[in-house]
Amino acid sequence: MSPLVLVFAIPLLGSLTLAFVGTKPFARNVNVAFSFSTFLASCFLTAKIISGGSILVLDSQFFIDSLNVFLVALTAFIGFTTSVFSRPYMRIEQDRGKMTPNRMRLYFSMYQLFSFCMLLALTTNNMGILWVSMEAATLTTVLLVSVYRTPASLEAAWKYFILCGVGIAQALFGTILLYMAAQKVIAPGLNPLLWTNLNAAKGQLNPVIMSLAFVFLLVGYGTKVGLAPLHNWLPDAHAEGPTPISAVLSGLLLNVALYAVIRCKILTDGALKNHFAGRLMIGFGLLSVLVAAFSLLRQRDIKRMFSYSSIEHMGIMTFAFGIGGPIANFAGLLHMTVHALTKSAIFFAVGHAAQKAGSQIMEEIRGLIKVSPAVGWGLMMGTLAILGMPPFGIFSSEFLILTSAMHQLAWAAPILLLGLAVAFGAIFVRVQPMVFGETSVKRLSHPPAILPVFLHLGLALMLGLYIPGYLNTWFLQAAQIIGGQ
Amino acid sequence: MSLMRVLSQGLATFLSLLLAPLFLGWVNQNRAWLQNRSGPGVLQPFRMLHKLFNKDSVMAQSASPLFRFAPYLVFACMVVATAIIPTLSTDLPLASAADAIALVGLFALARVFISLAAMDIGTAFGTLGARREMFVGFLAEPALLTILFCASLIAHSTALTTIVTNVGQRSFAIYPSLVFAGIAFIFVFLAENARVPIDNPSTHLELTMIHEALILEYSGRHLALLEWAASLKLFAYSTIGIALFLPWGISESGSPTHLIASIPVLLLKLALFGIVLALVETLFAKMRIFRVPEFLATSFLLGVIGMLTYILLGS
Amino acid sequence: MTNLSLELINLFAAILLMLAFAMLAQRRIVTLVHIYALQGLTVVCATSVVAYVTHQDHLYYSAALTLVLKVFLIPYILHRLIRRLDVRWDKETLLNIPSTMLIGIFLVIFAFNLALPISKLSTSVSPGTLGIALACMLLSFMMMITRSKAIPQVIGFLSIENALFFAATSATYGMPMVVELGIALDVLVGVFILGVFMFQIREQFESLDISNLENLKEE
Repeated sequence: MSPLVLVFAIPLLGSLTLAFVGTKPFARNVNVAFSFSTFLASCFLTAKIISGGSILVLDSQFFIDSLNVFLVALTAFIGFTTSVFSRPYMRIEQDRGKMTPNRMRLYFSMYQLFSFCMLLALTTNNMGILWVSMEAATLTTVLLVSVYRTPASLEAAWKYFILCGVGIAQALFGTILLYMAAQKVIAPGLNPLLWTNLNAAKGQLNPVIMSLAFVFLLVGYGTKVGLAPLHNWLPDAHAEGPTPISAVLSGLLLNVALYAVIRCKILTDGALKNHFAGRLMIGFGLLSVLVAAFSLLRQRDIKRMFSYSSIEHMGIMTFAFGIGGPIANFAGLLHMTVHALTKSAIFFAVGHAAQKAGSQIMEEIRGLIKVSPAVGWGLMMGTLAILGMPPFGIFSSEFLILTSAMHQLAWAAPILLLGLAVAFGAIFVRVQPMVFGETSVKRLSHPPAILPVFLHLGLALMLGLYIPGYLNTWFLQAAQIIGGQ
Repeated sequence: MSLMRVLSQGLATFLSLLLAPLFLGWVNQNRAWLQNRSGPGVLQPFRMLHKLFNKDSVMAQSASPLFRFAPYLVFACMVVATAIIPTLSTDLPLASAADAIALVGLFALARVFISLAAMDIGTAFGTLGARREMFVGFLAEPALLTILFCASLIAHSTALTTIVTNVGQRSFAIYPSLVFAGIAFIFVFLAENARVPIDNPSTHLELTMIHEALILEYSGRHLALLEWAASLKLFAYSTIGIALFLPWGISESGSPTHLIASIPVLLLKLALFGIVLALVETLFAKMRIFRVPEFLATSFLLGVIGMLTYILLGS
Repeated sequence: MTNLSLELINLFAAILLMLAFAMLAQRRIVTLVHIYALQGLTVVCATSVVAYVTHQDHLYYSAALTLVLKVFLIPYILHRLIRRLDVRWDKETLLNIPSTMLIGIFLVIFAFNLALPISKLSTSVSPGTLGIALACMLLSFMMMITRSKAIPQVIGFLSIENALFFAATSATYGMPMVVELGIALDVLVGVFILGVFMFQIREQFESLDISNLENLKEE
């Protein structure tokens, strides 16, 4: 119980502390320290779950099993590395006058609050609280996206708020329907919104209500996942906010939203006893892959391009979980992990690259490797990793997803391959001249944060070559939970 | 007994003919009071009718027989309409003769003839009035029908008598669909009777008038009949409203004694309704003619929502 | 469960639907805020009736919370915003009002159709209200789509939340208190943030017209 409390208490405390001291120069170190402590606490929690199995704490309000503890660890880890990255990045932004001390305070405080919301969403057992924390995460990130106060960032934040607000309202309606279905079957005295209670009684939940509820939940949380056709907010929010925020949006928020969808899918599958939820997810997933892949062809802004790549990968994951079955679920989880690591690494590299060039337009970023080999190689390797080149982890997960698609859903495999091929061409052609070629970029006033980039890429590489035994069993357990066992 | 029924019907019709101008006078008097004027008195419509009947009727040279015939037809339509609507009792011979849809048809018939007659002379104002009348009418009729259907859904019948007995006999119940229908009915009522937000009954300003433009060419007894018909229409609509939304107190039996007993209730309801109408007319400003479709579309919409809520909520 | 309370809840549901249409048809921003407050009041009444019928004390609290938040506080904030930003009139809506209304009718039919199978299964106070709540939600969406100014969009967003709240109380006797508190907090914070945004948008664009916010597009 104590590590769980710490996992919440640290970011919340961090948010409060930074609200007071955020204007000071040492605030960025405080931010890193809090994120690191959160990560440590989550490690303890993970160790406890691995050794002792799933736990229910605080009057059953929190439930931690293999599925969410792995996301908790991942979230805390990326939260930590991103805070390391944002240390030099935001300092340079401040030097360039884009950030004032007050905005820095808002940034740090909201960053911690955002971590808190993510962790709350992941660990809560209450479907209502899950919704509340997702909405709260939207609110904090809206503030983070608009932190530069430029017309473009305001526009992105407004769009983000309105679209996600509307989207997530659907999820609330879905939650209400879920509650309605649960009231009939769950014994009085038990809270019908608790996922564990719902899971225990999922076979009796009314299929008609549940199918409608799932449609609303999928559309609602799917908006936050960035599934087409509800993805419009995502590229804007990624492109106009500070780059660390793009990294956590892609690496964490989308994952957490997908996690919410998966939790709902488990219940729906149990109630409907057919493949309805899976088919919906396959449809949305494939559509997202295609829409994103073809949108990639038209991009000029580097952050927009990689945010479309995030949509594509979220589509692949949704597709994988839609297929279901132990292999596809395993692959989906692996893809979730590797994508989060790789995409945030790319955004770290992209952030520094854009700072060096003074622009996010790709034509103005040239020859990174000459001025800063580390950033250049980081971007190149990250790009290769995200495009699914072996030996990076994305290759293995995409390979697994494709093979299970060929087995179970032969018609979908070519569509998926087409999307992957188009995305490959579009991204590679654009990244190559940015890294190599004649240089146009300047040195930065502070050394860039290279460590997080290569830490992430190293992990992604490791996951591609060899998955440690405990991690493997852990993924398998989580895949089983998703499979409804 | 059948003689008694005929007698009752005669009594009811006679009463309607008498009450209609009185009701118009009452509304106008209330309006005057609300506007801080002393007003011409409740009996003013009778004085006007008396005056017009004593005058000669002047015809335009180009008038066809239709022009001469229309006032009688319109007047007859309105008299039949008031006879069909169960104002005092549901057990009158004519009350069961036609249902709500036929009633709307009767109003439409009168509308067609008055519009044809207005165009008959060939003056610009007549054509303009006719066009506007048809314009308002074609928007208001579907709205009126949806309102009647709302009530019909509850009573499972389109006959007004059944609706009244059904709703009136039940213990007090709130029907959300009737709330919608009630609001929609007020909209249609104002539009169909040329009241303030749509048309101003007390003006001859050519650019805004609808009703007055229609009867501009009439004089003498023809004009008197048309004015009387207009007041009958107002009365008919008010009694439809009462029958649909406040049917309590309408007698179930057709004997003259019961009829007379239900007169005070009717008078009370009409008096209240007149006050409300005057209030509405004083509070709202006349709208542009191009806003009328919006106004009536809202009314139609409310009627449709009323029906939908009935289907969904079952009440 | 007395008949009268059932009828009352149905009536409130109908009023809510009517207000949703009124919002759709209304051009003046100040009136929109009034309608929003009325909507809140209707929800408060409905919640109180459900609380009385089902003897659930926490529903009284949530009714009180709604009263404070959605009938007084948020409309007050919105009024202040309107005064400070000096935006009393909306432009013509993007779609003329009768056609908006007609589409609205189709939305209502769609919502009712969607909710009908569920209404048949429901054991709650009044099964039909779910369809009405869904219809109100869709109508509020529609309003957000057809408006070009920032404040009507925000009001549309808030009225979606009202409809959802109504769905929760009437169809399921209310969510647990902690969830309702969380939702209320989210909404309140959301309104504050949007309020701050409006000032910033106006500072940057010198207008509150959302059509200014169309620069971020694919090339």
